[in-house]
Amino acid sequence: MIIKILGSGCRKCVALGENAKAAAAAAGKEAEIVKVTDIAQIAGYGVMSTPGLVIDEKLVSAGKVLTAEEIGRLL
Amino acid sequence: MNIFGWLNDQVLRMQWLSDLVTAGVAAVGLDPTSRVGSVQFFVYDVIKIFILLSVLIFAISWIQSFFPPERTRRILGGRSGLWANTLAALLGTITPFCSCSSIPIFIGFTAAGLPLAITFSFLISSPLVDLASVILLASIFNWSIALAYVAVGLVVAIVGGTLIGRAGMEDQVAAFVRTVPVQDNDHALTRGERLAFARAQVVEIIHRVWPYVLIGVGIGAAIHNWVPAEIITALLGQDNWWSVPLATLIGIPMYADIFGTLPIAEALVGKGVGLGTVLAFMMAVTALSLPSIIMLKRVVSIRLLMLFLAVVTGGILGIGVLFNAITPWFI
Repeated sequence: MIIKILGSGCRKCVALGENAKAAAAAAGKEAEIVKVTDIAQIAGYGVMSTPGLVIDEKLVSAGKVLTAEEIGRLL
Repeated sequence: MNIFGWLNDQVLRMQWLSDLVTAGVAAVGLDPTSRVGSVQFFVYDVIKIFILLSVLIFAISWIQSFFPPERTRRILGGRSGLWANTLAALLGTITPFCSCSSIPIFIGFTAAGLPLAITFSFLISSPLVDLASVILLASIFNWSIALAYVAVGLVVAIVGGTLIGRAGMEDQVAAFVRTVPVQDNDHALTRGERLAFARAQVVEIIHRVWPYVLIGVGIGAAIHNWVPAEIITALLGQDNWWSVPLATLIGIPMYADIFGTLPIAEALVGKGVGLGTVLAFMMAVTALSLPSIIMLKRVVSIRLLMLFLAVVTGGILGIGVLFNAITPWFI
């Protein structure tokens, strides 16, 4: 699966990326983490607050740093 | 002394802390009135700003959790006219601090069909006036200055947005903005989620702004005890016509939070710089910065960007001159 982190490189985006990586590892899933920093692409997902989390092209959260457990439930 | 005055001095201005730090500085053998007295200014201001920041960010984030950008967009949707600009400017005061979120909000608003007039009123007011800065202003100066700051900040946002709307530049927005999907990603939060959000905001914002606060207080302390008042007034004194434009030009490219600029403002006012000059500096630092201008360039044409810069700069200059003229009413 492909997990995308939407955000212009702020601290929160880094934290969310690490949590996503941990969640995928805990679930035993092969996941590619992609950082999306281009504002046009971020906006393309309809997000108004970053960081955003996209799993297989579906926006699952915006404006929040989800914990690894929370992300695990969404995988 | 009345109760309100006492609360203001002890809780907001933290006079007890100032006395404590002065005593502490004297106890280690430094004279608080001499040049090394800048230690007193630095320690007192740093502690005060961090205490106030933590309490304020928590309280304000709680309020903000009721107004995610999606909800603000729904409130503003379908409105126009001066009242809509006023509403947009007011909502701008209770949305998140970070200017890095202003571009996604610009795109989200424009995609949903909100007129540029409304969107820009919101975008100007959002970094310029927020509840935390108002209470910090009251702490450092007084309540009439804080309220006057809010009033003029809102006027700049309302008038600025209206002027930009009148210019008829709806077509000067990058094409991709109009194709962005409009989704409501927000959902009702529980009390626990609001508390968690407010707590996370405190940690996040303190983490982000502490270097700016230290640098700001450091510069403020240096001005306070090291730079002779004559030099400052010769540069930025009230008698010079160039004081306000100079303060604005210095402030525009700077990128800092209002929390970092307040101690500098405090020290400058203490050296006899006009209140209007200082407010112009603070507004220029917070409302306009190079990073935000570069970001905005990605989504609007150069014409619209220039108009935005001209309107905001003009508003700040006007406020500076006006405040210098009416300062005697406040101090």
